[in-house]
Amino acid sequence: MSDPDLLERGLRPTSATGSRWRRRTPKVVSSQRTGAKIPLALLIPAIVGIAFLVLPMVGLLIRAPWSELLVRLAEPEVGQALRLSVFTATLATLASMVLGIPIAWVLARSAIRGRSILRALVTVPLVLPPVVGGVALFLVLGRRGIIGAWLYDTFGFSLPFTTTAVVIAETFVAMPFLVISVEGALRAADARFEDAAATLGANGWSTFRRVTLPLVAPGIAAGAVLCWARALGEFGATITFAGNFPGTTQTMPLAVYLALQNDPEAAIVLSLVLLVVSLATLTLLRERWLTRAR
Amino acid sequence: MSLGAAFAVQRGSLHLEVDLAVEPGRVLVLLGPNGAGKSTVLRVLAGLLAPDSGRVALGDLVLDEPAAGQHVRPYDRPVGMVFQDYLLFPHLSTVDNIAFGLRSRRVPRAQARDCALGWLDRVGLIEYAKAKPSNLSGGQSQRVALARALIGSPELLLLDEPLAALDARTKLEVRADLRRHLAEYAGATIVVSHDPIDAMALADEVAVIEHGRVVQSGPPAEVARRPRTDYVARLIGLSLLSGTGEGTQVRLDSGVSVAVAEAAHGSVYVAIRPEAVAIYPTQPHGSPRNVWPARVASATPYGSAVRCDLVGPVPLTADLTATAFAELGLAPGSEVWATVKAHEVEVYAR
Repeated sequence: MSDPDLLERGLRPTSATGSRWRRRTPKVVSSQRTGAKIPLALLIPAIVGIAFLVLPMVGLLIRAPWSELLVRLAEPEVGQALRLSVFTATLATLASMVLGIPIAWVLARSAIRGRSILRALVTVPLVLPPVVGGVALFLVLGRRGIIGAWLYDTFGFSLPFTTTAVVIAETFVAMPFLVISVEGALRAADARFEDAAATLGANGWSTFRRVTLPLVAPGIAAGAVLCWARALGEFGATITFAGNFPGTTQTMPLAVYLALQNDPEAAIVLSLVLLVVSLATLTLLRERWLTRAR
Repeated sequence: MSLGAAFAVQRGSLHLEVDLAVEPGRVLVLLGPNGAGKSTVLRVLAGLLAPDSGRVALGDLVLDEPAAGQHVRPYDRPVGMVFQDYLLFPHLSTVDNIAFGLRSRRVPRAQARDCALGWLDRVGLIEYAKAKPSNLSGGQSQRVALARALIGSPELLLLDEPLAALDARTKLEVRADLRRHLAEYAGATIVVSHDPIDAMALADEVAVIEHGRVVQSGPPAEVARRPRTDYVARLIGLSLLSGTGEGTQVRLDSGVSVAVAEAAHGSVYVAIRPEAVAIYPTQPHGSPRNVWPARVASATPYGSAVRCDLVGPVPLTADLTATAFAELGLAPGSEVWATVKAHEVEVYAR
């Protein structure tokens, strides 16, 4: 803090900066800071860590059968699995939004008791091994499950091993990502805008639709991307609850796993496709929304 | 419809208990230090906070009466509110912000828009119809917020520190503007402010709130004349003079001229803060400011300062540090020279 100009700016009274920006805290210190020298004890593990994260992807690129890539990609099984994956992941994301945004609102805005318990319950699937989730879904929604038996007896309708089961399994695993992201956005948004809407005659639902949703749209977009990516890669719950039937329940990760056992090159091609889809989604949406969500 | 509000509410450690009445077409300014409970009063009147006891009514319409289980929701109240930093919806254009209240009440889109455009014109911002709030200045935002609150023809208008977010220069202009709009408004108005100048400029009635209670109320001049608490005394330490603006000179009713920084015309108030008054034992020379002879009428310790009441061609109150007071050898009866820089003189329409 030897720079006199910097001192002067730091000590300037708020009345001089005036106007409606006065709540902005002066950024003097942080903006003046140049890149810190990285201690060796941090630098080396960081480099090893980055290599650890990047090398497997490089390996995938090196081992890819580039010469016959197009032929491989044209195989009907690949297209089938990819279409099914994108379709189910998108449906799971939509389902997560329809159910998850209201959950996030309740967690962030309502004054109900036991909110922290509710939050813990909702986020259990984040830490639960997906296979366990699949088993649990099977016990509840399977043909002999608590709800599944009733569904089967009443409507003659069995969920497991159908595409619907894939969507359910993916929604179960991916929805908490959306809930957490949207809840964070709601907490960061100024709730007084909702007060303003109320004084302008907007009831709770109207306020939510016309004010809250637009305000947290970037957070919802970010959550939806995370949710979609998680659903796209879902394996454990899907194979347990929905099985592995080409065309109906065999999504890309399942196809990769299966292919690795009898046709490793096919597995590499499928993995490559997943990698490209994931990276493309992330970069595309990052440009559009994720940066604004901060 | 006249507002009658007598209620109590507990907010954390603040126990708020007030009794307020405002007639249609009148402006009540709630004046008080930060944390006194002014904004909480507005939140109760807007319906955003339910009182613990008492009664709030607009004419025959009972808005709150906890004993009778009555609480009208904010969106069902004929109340308009302008928030402290305006809270214009950032995702909506200026015209859509203003039309918001009509759309809430199911006015068809085109009709609501036309009406909002009319209001934009009234506040002189028609060319900003499609602008987003982030592109408006503080003064413009305030006008949009006012139009947004008034478009639904509320019976009661609430303004929370409408001028606090503005810089000194804009404030002057916006205050005069606000005064004009409030004069045209037929309903009852309550303005919350911590700035005595706002109170003097806008109020028909002032109620001073401290620690959750109204400690003094009445017409602004009356409140200013007989302070009952330290806070009010400090507020009215402000010397308030009336006169006629003649450009950068204001001719006071007593005949003396005061130099001001902002050009003013017509009937105006001139307000001088005690900190702005400097005292000299002999007549200072050569600087283009207001210099008047004065006599110290009384001097009282006030915090770390000494507050001196001065009589002379311009009655003033001056705050001196105790050191300065001692060094000048002042005592009641001392003859001194008082100076005030032109840009420290507040001037605003009467």
